[in-house]
Amino acid sequence: MRFDSLIDSVGRTPLVGLPRLSPSDDVRIWAKLEDRNPTGSIKDRPALWMVEQAEKDGLLTPGCTILEPTSGNTGISLAMSARLKGYKLICVMPENTSEERRQLLRMWGAEIISSPAAGGSNEAVRVAKGLAAEHPDWVMLYQYGNPANWRSHYESTGPEIFADLPTVTHFVAGLGTTGTLMGVGRYLREKVPDIKIVAAEPRYGELVYGLRNVDEGFVPELYDASVLTTRFSVTSADALRRTRELLATEGIFAGISTGCALHAALGMARKAVQEGERADIVFIVADGGWKYLSTGAYEGTLDEAEDRLEGQLWA
Amino acid sequence: MAIEIRIPTILRTYTGGAKAVDGTGATLEELIGDLESRHPGLRDRLVDDSGLRRFVNVYLNDEDVRFLGGLSTPVADGDTVTVLPAVAGGAR
Repeated sequence: MRFDSLIDSVGRTPLVGLPRLSPSDDVRIWAKLEDRNPTGSIKDRPALWMVEQAEKDGLLTPGCTILEPTSGNTGISLAMSARLKGYKLICVMPENTSEERRQLLRMWGAEIISSPAAGGSNEAVRVAKGLAAEHPDWVMLYQYGNPANWRSHYESTGPEIFADLPTVTHFVAGLGTTGTLMGVGRYLREKVPDIKIVAAEPRYGELVYGLRNVDEGFVPELYDASVLTTRFSVTSADALRRTRELLATEGIFAGISTGCALHAALGMARKAVQEGERADIVFIVADGGWKYLSTGAYEGTLDEAEDRLEGQLWA
Repeated sequence: MAIEIRIPTILRTYTGGAKAVDGTGATLEELIGDLESRHPGLRDRLVDDSGLRRFVNVYLNDEDVRFLGGLSTPVADGDTVTVLPAVAGGAR
């Protein structure tokens, strides 16, 4: 495959079968390897779409400053685009995100503003919105509410999956900005009438939820529940266990949010077997495990790894 | 046997600090009613006139009840119900 530049190589990622984790020949699980994007995560798609839409709309011109609340991958993708296209990038990031992500962002030239650990990404969004109000010349792409986020998946991820696997019955992905599920979900619903769109939501420890007030929660503007068939809450312990299982049985070294999606995918597979139905279940490998090595997720017993992960944003 | 309800930190003022409490009922609505009888004030933090409050997520055995039947979702002994505040996702 040949491309004119790194940016042009976003997408067209492999879809690989998981013969050892699939329960039978009739119920198969497939992994969409989004870690094969230029900066190593699925976020290269929405980042590129959001930047190019802002350019089309005349919001972004050379020399502009982009501001974005991000716990890592979107920031890294934006930093790469910003560097190649001549923009400055400021990321607002919860302080309890991994050191690797910070180093990567700085390496690509982004500036980082930390937001308090308690409250996680909600807090980063709040801080970023405040900064945007103070600096009207900064351009906040705002992945949680920018339609170009879900459109990137409607126009690229979704069509790729359908072209590679027209018999797809389930699509499973992590729920964050909700962009992947909204975009791929809407596309596949048009092509496969009975498709099941399943969200896997990370469930963090006490520290992250601890101070959240139930009256001041956060639901991304992009979220439309009618696109989903159902939604699972996956604990850190289950996500970790599945991340290791994927490495041990299929050789795929993925980040922890992938374990979260795989847990829900395996749950749907079990259900299909029980009901005697055929299934082709696609789930998203959002990134590789590299950025999470320092969390200790891959070393020692599961209990030890879970303790080390307490209070960290792992997705 | 009963149904276990896991309570987030912010609502433990209603449960005397307990992380989890037991309850009974045939539906989520009955279960919440049963909890209210022993932990007054809790119900109002979970539901309003339109149903579950916007920023409250309730999971029956890890599945979001909004996709199961909302407050009418059937529950049974041995189930685990988890209440969590809605938060923004992670790696984004």
